[in-house]
Amino acid sequence: MAGLVAGVDVGGTFTDLMILDPQTGGVLLSKVPTTLPNQAGGVLAAFDAVGIKLNDVDLIVHGTTTTTNAVLERALSKTGLITTIGFRDVLELGRRTRPNAYGMTGRFVPVIPRDLRLEVPERMDAKGRIVTELDETALRAAVRNLADQGCESLVIHFLHAYANPAHELRAAQIAAEIWPNAYITMGHALLSESREFERGVTAAVNASVQPLLERYVARLAGELKARGYSRDLLVMNGNGGMVAADKVSREAVKTVMSGPASGVMAALATGRRAGMTNLLTYDMGGTSTDVAMIKAGRAPVSNEIEVEYAMPIHVPMVDVRTVGAGGGSIARVDQSGMLRVGPESAGSIPGPIWYGRGGTQVTISDANLLLGRLPAHRFGQAVEATRLAMAEQIGAPLGLSVEQAAEAVLRIANTHMAGAIRMVSISMGADPRDFALFAFGGAGPLHAVALAQELAIPKVLIPARPGITNALGCVVADLRHDFVRTLNRPLDSADLTEVHGLLAGQEAEGRRLIAAEKIALTGIEAEYSADMQFIGQTHLLRVPLPGPAPSREDLQARFEAAYHARFRVDLPNIRANLVNLNCSVTGRRPQLDLSRLIDPKGRLETVSVKEMRRVWFGAWVETPVYWRDHLPLSLHLEGPAIIEQMDTTVIVEPGCLVTSDADGNLIIEVPHA
Amino acid sequence: MLDPITLAVIQAGLQQVCDEMDLTFSRAAFSPVIAEADDRSDGIYSATDGSLIAQGSKGLPVFVGVMQFSTRTIVERIKAGITAAPEPGDIYIVNDPYLGGTHLMDVRFAMPFWRDGRIFCWLSNTGHWPDTGGAVPGGFSASAISAEQEGLRLPPVKLFKKGEMDAELWQVICSNIRVSEQRIGDVKAQASALLVGAERLAGLMDRYGDDTVAQAISEMRNLAARQMRAMVRLVPEGSYQSRAYVDSDGVVNEPLTIALNITRTGDGLEFDFTGSSLPCMGPMNSVRATTYSSVYLAMRHIFPDVPISAGAFEPLTIIGIEGTFLDAHYPRPVSGCAAEVSQRIAEAVFAAMVQALPDRVTAAPAGTSGNFGLGGHDPEKGRDFVMYQISGGGYGGNADHDGLANGCSTIGISKAPPVEIMEQTYPVLYRRYALHEGSGGAGMHRGGFGLDYEIELLRGHARASFVMDHGRTGPQGVLGGKDGAVNRVEILKGGQSLVPEHLSKAQDIVLAPGDRVRVRTPGGGGYGDPAKRDPALVAEDVRLGRYTPAEAQKLFG
Repeated sequence: MAGLVAGVDVGGTFTDLMILDPQTGGVLLSKVPTTLPNQAGGVLAAFDAVGIKLNDVDLIVHGTTTTTNAVLERALSKTGLITTIGFRDVLELGRRTRPNAYGMTGRFVPVIPRDLRLEVPERMDAKGRIVTELDETALRAAVRNLADQGCESLVIHFLHAYANPAHELRAAQIAAEIWPNAYITMGHALLSESREFERGVTAAVNASVQPLLERYVARLAGELKARGYSRDLLVMNGNGGMVAADKVSREAVKTVMSGPASGVMAALATGRRAGMTNLLTYDMGGTSTDVAMIKAGRAPVSNEIEVEYAMPIHVPMVDVRTVGAGGGSIARVDQSGMLRVGPESAGSIPGPIWYGRGGTQVTISDANLLLGRLPAHRFGQAVEATRLAMAEQIGAPLGLSVEQAAEAVLRIANTHMAGAIRMVSISMGADPRDFALFAFGGAGPLHAVALAQELAIPKVLIPARPGITNALGCVVADLRHDFVRTLNRPLDSADLTEVHGLLAGQEAEGRRLIAAEKIALTGIEAEYSADMQFIGQTHLLRVPLPGPAPSREDLQARFEAAYHARFRVDLPNIRANLVNLNCSVTGRRPQLDLSRLIDPKGRLETVSVKEMRRVWFGAWVETPVYWRDHLPLSLHLEGPAIIEQMDTTVIVEPGCLVTSDADGNLIIEVPHA
Repeated sequence: MLDPITLAVIQAGLQQVCDEMDLTFSRAAFSPVIAEADDRSDGIYSATDGSLIAQGSKGLPVFVGVMQFSTRTIVERIKAGITAAPEPGDIYIVNDPYLGGTHLMDVRFAMPFWRDGRIFCWLSNTGHWPDTGGAVPGGFSASAISAEQEGLRLPPVKLFKKGEMDAELWQVICSNIRVSEQRIGDVKAQASALLVGAERLAGLMDRYGDDTVAQAISEMRNLAARQMRAMVRLVPEGSYQSRAYVDSDGVVNEPLTIALNITRTGDGLEFDFTGSSLPCMGPMNSVRATTYSSVYLAMRHIFPDVPISAGAFEPLTIIGIEGTFLDAHYPRPVSGCAAEVSQRIAEAVFAAMVQALPDRVTAAPAGTSGNFGLGGHDPEKGRDFVMYQISGGGYGGNADHDGLANGCSTIGISKAPPVEIMEQTYPVLYRRYALHEGSGGAGMHRGGFGLDYEIELLRGHARASFVMDHGRTGPQGVLGGKDGAVNRVEILKGGQSLVPEHLSKAQDIVLAPGDRVRVRTPGGGGYGDPAKRDPALVAEDVRLGRYTPAEAQKLFG
């Protein structure tokens, strides 16, 4: 064996490894517990578990939650900020919001505390003209002050630096003479667009996770090298592309949302091979569910993702939306006798009652267990406790049997999840009925078919390895760089030569960055789009462009068509504004053979039922249970059925038809009345 | 009785219809007040009396329950033959504050939802238009003394007839409002939201059957009422009094009083406003629908789990507003009702309820929208401009933690615009955008801090107007906590500092290039005895410069 490609993804509970042999399509998998705080332990253990020599591996792509965890737990490096005089509180004031529309409570902790936010005299106006020169003496004093206070990272964030970065560049140059390391982030460098709070938070997060990511990646790379790995380590970014380990910490903030992006990349690659280019991805975990949309074989990228309340990270990232419902969402009957599910969650600790870790409140997962959707007979006593709780907490107040109560919990949960998925797709301008549902994550396949029924989605795709989709995303990821440039000008007065020049420049920069990496590619592609609006509007609509040199008429026409498609409104007398120009440049890696993710040797000639189980579909139904790895590729199963595999359980509702494609994906056709 | 599952599923379905209307309206709208600030709301209303069936969860809080009053008016006027009877495809427009509205800028659309040739329910929405005519751009005239000065007033009339917009009526409207050329985009967005709602609702009814949905609606109402009653029973029996004060009406420089006595009887709450001030000369009057809605939104802040539905309001009785400024009639000016008076009413509700439910209710939040308008001419761009700066303030401390800094108004959910965008758009330069130091009301859990900003006019000329509040008294501290700092407006002209006569309200103050306006917004009220505050937290606030050592000494001992 040689020339292997490895994807290794660290999740909250498990670290997953997938190794693919591009020559034979052979696959090795492992799943080991995640180690914290240093995730490298789990990564190395995952390699140990498959028992290969690292000098046989040509490429390791790594998805890490090091920065994600640091942000969510606020375990950040000590970071100082130097900003324009009068504006040090921008990071603390935010945009005058509150966490919830109703309820006048809530907390907010700024990324950088007030005593580490210093001001210096300097000022640009909105056109980038200097109003006040940078006071270099004050700047030096501020840099020393923060270094003396023990800050490890430094942010330089000046007003209107997107319009003229001269002061930020000069300040960074001076700071570099004093600062003991290279952890200096300039606001405009990550995000060259207006909005001081969002740009400032993005820069502050970048600086605060930079040292953590750099240390982690360096250590891991060292350990891998010591075990014989001689190639580059690549790290997943939130845009679904990967970056060389020695460059990734420069823009560390881009890794914060990389986990969900890997899943979408896996869906994209799987769908492409299956001939499905319109997918809604549905990744249901313990506390939340991630939803994304792949349209015409492309995953939309957004520059405006909020990681949590008042924590905007404005760099291009795959547009994944999180819905607050997961297997651990708690069901209860409220004071008026109405059954509610969520938003409270039992998470993974204590988790559902049947975990036996001290959970006492009924969850979605408990309902699945009681209805035979999960293999209850394997969990003994915990099942009895779950049954009692369901009877007491839900059944008795509503006058329902345990089964009816559990069914009610699932129906409400599915209604809410379906509603949330519907809102996500509508806000992205699409009708869910035009998509296939790509279900993964531990709990996704349990609910996918029911959700598809609710949403009138005709088809569900369950990939070969739903539980390790993110690792697959690492294996198939391309190199990718995204660029955004704000123009904000009426289309009629925009200089088209400038527009064409900007797009060409973005593309050239992307090609240069990709060429610098030593990765085998089949080609480099650029995609262009413009963010536009009617003059007078504030919301933006992203308009894909066919090339880097659109004409004015073409831009107006494409925008109007996109607007009509989205809102069914025509406004022929209003002209358009050209706000942002975007370009993403992708270095395509050779397509990998994904047909052996389930080992063909294990497949049987004919369908064989592993066992019969009573499963509740409105009444108890004796339902055949199949072991997925044994199913033949030429498959034709009718629901009700349960398909189990190592990492998940697939529920096929009555009336649905299951087939398989050449890669072993399950395709479930969902009939609609 | 429907089975509880079907009921919950239909309830969620109706909620999604409303949320989808909200989303469509915001995303397609032109007016930044709607598109960015979400100053709009969509809902479903009863065919018989306009009562609220369901409302979008992302609607502006001040509209909680308010459209049921305007929808009811339409239903009644149709019955009485005052308003023309509806036909399929018709959409009514109305903005009359005295017919179940707020201020004139909140323009409502109402559309019957037809099923088998009969009206099953109404779909309505309201959106804040940037202008509806009147004395000043934007409609917030701090010195208006009659409704005519505030803008064009429309009784319920059909803007769309059988699916087509009435071009003649539209021309009349356009001739009476400013920046009319972009309003067609808002009108289409507003109508489109209702059409999307109708399509979704039809889908829901096709699936579950008209009778089942009708039954679900009636049971949902009972359930919401039951849920609110369960909440009301958390309130110990008794009466709880409070007062809140509006600085002045903008014309006569005297405070207006909201007197409130909340009594729990059985499982109902009675809100008695007897003793509140008489209708005022200036625009700080409220109308009945807004006063009701303000009580409802305050209760929803306290009990956010109770769904917004007419049933939830059943246990809440509001009395004693007749003859006061909380129930003004034509031609009293009312532009301040939605943004400011509503928040004082909510503050009165909080101040009374915190006595009953100290663990659930906070001390008073800043409670002003902080509206600073600047209109003038920008020679560099060669055009006139109208700028609005809205701002947040500190929230009240509560049983669990300190108040948030720079939170949104009680009645809003909108973000304030970034300084960089404001400077791109208008001829101004912000000299400061900072925490209003020292403003958090002292308490065991202190109030949050307000905002301290200073704006300089760079070129041309401009006039500044202010519609704010809490300039005279700060947001109330509770249970021994101190009041938050007052709102302060200061105009710096040629080296001189001027404070408006009405403190938080002024109109048409002339500014020249180099002149500056400084605004410090209120801090939140403190919760509990300041002496009980953890000394480490006091020291931390001092270390971070939020209070000076002297202030901390004085406030916390």
